[in-house]
Amino acid sequence: MIIKILVMKMGKLSIKRVALSALLPLLAGALWTGGVAQASGGGTREPVEVEWSFNGPFGHYDKAAVQRGFQVYKQVCSSCHSLKFVAFRHLGEKGGPFHADKCPAGFPDNIDCANPVENPAVKAIAAEYDIVDGPDESGDMFTRPGTPADYFPNPYPNKQMAILANGVVPPDLSLMAKARAGGPDYIYSLLTGFEEAPDHVDIGPGVYYNPYFPGDLSSAIKPEYLDEHGHPKEGIHVPEGGVLKMKPPLVDNIVDYADEEIPETVDQYAKDVGQFLMWVAEPKMESRKQTGLMVLVYLLIFGGIVYASYRQIWSKDEH
Amino acid sequence: MSHESNYVPGSAIERFLDKRLPLIRVASEFMEFPTPKNLNYWYTFGAILTVMLMVQIVTGVVLAMHYTPEKTMAFASVEHIMRDVNFGDLLRYTHANGASMFFIAVYLHMFRGLYYGSFKEPREVIWMLGVLIFLIMMGTAFMGYVLPWGQMSYWGATVITSLFSAIPVVGDSIKTLLWGGFSVDNPTLNRFFALHFLLPFALIGVVFLHIWALHVPGNTNPTGVEIKSKKDAVPFHPYYTVKDGFAIVLFLIMFAVFVFYMPNALGHTDNYIEANPFVTPVHIVPEWYFLPFYAMLRSITFDLTIPFTDIVLINSKLGGVMVMFGSIIILFFLSWLDRAKVRSMRYRPWARFWFFLFVIDAVFLGWLGGKPAEQPYIAWAQGATAFYFIYFLIILPALSMFEAQPKGLPSSISEDVLSKKAKKQKAIESSIQPAE
Repeated sequence: MIIKILVMKMGKLSIKRVALSALLPLLAGALWTGGVAQASGGGTREPVEVEWSFNGPFGHYDKAAVQRGFQVYKQVCSSCHSLKFVAFRHLGEKGGPFHADKCPAGFPDNIDCANPVENPAVKAIAAEYDIVDGPDESGDMFTRPGTPADYFPNPYPNKQMAILANGVVPPDLSLMAKARAGGPDYIYSLLTGFEEAPDHVDIGPGVYYNPYFPGDLSSAIKPEYLDEHGHPKEGIHVPEGGVLKMKPPLVDNIVDYADEEIPETVDQYAKDVGQFLMWVAEPKMESRKQTGLMVLVYLLIFGGIVYASYRQIWSKDEH
Repeated sequence: MSHESNYVPGSAIERFLDKRLPLIRVASEFMEFPTPKNLNYWYTFGAILTVMLMVQIVTGVVLAMHYTPEKTMAFASVEHIMRDVNFGDLLRYTHANGASMFFIAVYLHMFRGLYYGSFKEPREVIWMLGVLIFLIMMGTAFMGYVLPWGQMSYWGATVITSLFSAIPVVGDSIKTLLWGGFSVDNPTLNRFFALHFLLPFALIGVVFLHIWALHVPGNTNPTGVEIKSKKDAVPFHPYYTVKDGFAIVLFLIMFAVFVFYMPNALGHTDNYIEANPFVTPVHIVPEWYFLPFYAMLRSITFDLTIPFTDIVLINSKLGGVMVMFGSIIILFFLSWLDRAKVRSMRYRPWARFWFFLFVIDAVFLGWLGGKPAEQPYIAWAQGATAFYFIYFLIILPALSMFEAQPKGLPSSISEDVLSKKAKKQKAIESSIQPAE
C-alpha cells in the first residue's frame, strides 16, 4: 500500500525536483566530511565561534590585530614554534600587516616602500633576527642580521633539540589555521581553553588538559572511578578533549601593546594570534575574495545575457 | 555522421581544404547536427564536463610548471605556489575544487543516462566509453590528490595501493610496482606525477570517441523516442550551444563560489599537514567523491568460506576489493541488464521508483564512507552495498520483464512537446479566469 502511494507520488514529482533534492545532501555530505576529526574517547569540545573580521564574502584582515598577533607570536610563540613557509618580505606584501602603499614623508625618492624588500618596517623586523649563513671563504658558517628575503628562522637548530626541549616537536604554525578543524576558532579556543583536569582523571606530570585538544582520556580515569570490568562507573564520563605538552602560553600582561586602548588579556592575545595565523595561512585571502566578487558579477551579467539569447533563439521554434 | 551535410564550401580556400582535409565540413556538420528539441537541463552536463576537462588541463599544466615532485620538496612547492606564484592560489584552488566539480557533473551525467535509458541500443558503446572515462577520471583524481604530499595524500595512497596486494598470486608484485619500492615513497610520488600528467590527455582521446559514438545514433531525449521527422529536431547550433552555454555559466557560478569563498570546504584539514610516515591520522578518508566506493570496500568485513569448513575462499580484503571494483565493472554491462524496450523511466513508474531508491542508496553510501569503520555504520554499509548490486543484478533485469507496457509513451517528440505546451496554455487560461 505504502509503496503504491509512493509510486503514485513519484509520478507527480518531476525528475528535476527530486534529483535536485538528491544533490543537496550529496553536497552537504561533501562539506561535512571536511569537518571529520574526532570521535574517540570523550570527543572534543566544539571550538568557540569567534566573529572574525575576515569571515564572510567581504571579510578582510584587521591590520592592527594582525600586527599585534605578530608581536605575540614574536615574543611568545616563536620561542618554540617555527613559521617555515613565511619570509619577512611576506609581511610587506599587499594584504600583509606591514604593507605600505607609499613611504612616510622624508624618504628619498628612489625607495619604493610598496616593494616589500625596500619597506623600512619589514627591513627593521628582519634585521632583529639572526640568520645562519655561509659557508664563507674560509669555510665557516657565520651569523648575520636577517634581510626581507630570509625566512623566519626555526627556534631549534634541529629536530632532536626541539624534542629534547619539549618532549615533542612543536608544530610549525605556517598552516595551523587551515590544518585543524575549526581553523582560527580552534586556535582561539585552544589558547583560552586550558583548564584544570576533572578530579576523576589523572593526566600525569608534564602535560596540560585542554578540552579543545583532540585526544582520548578514557585510560586516564582514576581506578577508584572504574568498575570491576575497567569501565567508568555510573555517572562518570570520559572528559572532552585531551592533554598536550604545551603549558598555557599566554597570561594577562605578558605582551606589552603600544596601543593603550587594547586590553592586555589572554582573550585579546588569543584573538590577535588567531588573526595573525589566519593571515599567515591564507595571505592572499583578501585579494582572492575581491577577485571573486568581480568574477561573480561578471558571470551573473554574462549569464543574464546568455539567458536572454537563449529565450530569443528558442522563441523562434514552436516551443 | 548519420545526417546529410548541407555544407557548401564558399571560398577557394574552403574548396581546396574540403578535398584534402575536410575540417570545416566536419565542424559544420557538428554544428548542424540534428538534436532532439526537448532536451532538458540534465542534458547539459556533457558540455559542462568538456569545459571542466579543459579547466583542469589548463590549470594543471601551469601548476606543473611550479610544482616539484620530490618527497622533501613537494609540500613546500605547493606552499610556494600558494604564496609566491602570481595567481598561484587561484590556480591551485581552481584545480583542487575543479576536481570536485568534475565529479559532481559526472555523477549527474551518469544518473541522467541511467534515468533516461541513454545506454540502451544503439548507444551501448557510448555508455561503455563513458564508464571507461569515469574509471580513468577516478585514477587521475586519486593520483592528483597524492601530489601535495600532505597527510591524507600519503595515507590515502597507502590504503588504496595496499588494496592491490589482495589480488591472488600477482597482488604483491603489482603493489611493489605501484610503489616503486617497499612503501609509498619518493618513487611513488614521481610515477604518480607522471601518470597524473599523462592520463588527462588519454581522457581527451576517449572523450573524442565518446562524442563520435554519440554522433552516430544521435542524442537520446527525455521521452526516449527517437527522432522521427524534421519537426522533432533542431540544429545543435545555435539551439544547444546557447542552452549548454547558459548551463555552463550557472555551473561556473557555483564553481566560483567554492574557489573564491570556501576553497577548502571540500578538502580535509589533515592535508595541510606534511606527510609523515610515522604518524597515522585518526581517520583516513578519501575525497568525498570516492566515499560511496570506500564504504563498499570497507563493508566486506567477513571471509567467504566453504560451508562447514575453515577453508577461506575469498578473504575479507579481497572481497572488499572485488566489491569495490565490481561496483564499477558492473556498469559496463548495464545495457544488457536493463533490457526494457522503453528507454525513458518517465513512462516506467516502477523503474522510476527503484531509480530514486538507488540514488538515495548511492548518497547514503557516500555518507557512510565518511563515518568511522564501526557499528552500526558497517552493518548499514553492508545493506546499502547489497542493494547497489541487487539493483543492477536483480531489480533492473526483473523490471525489464515486468514492466513491458509503458505508461503514456508519446508517439513522437513533437507530440510530447505540443501536449505539454497545450497543458501549460490551459493552466494559464484557467488561472486568469475571473473567480465567479
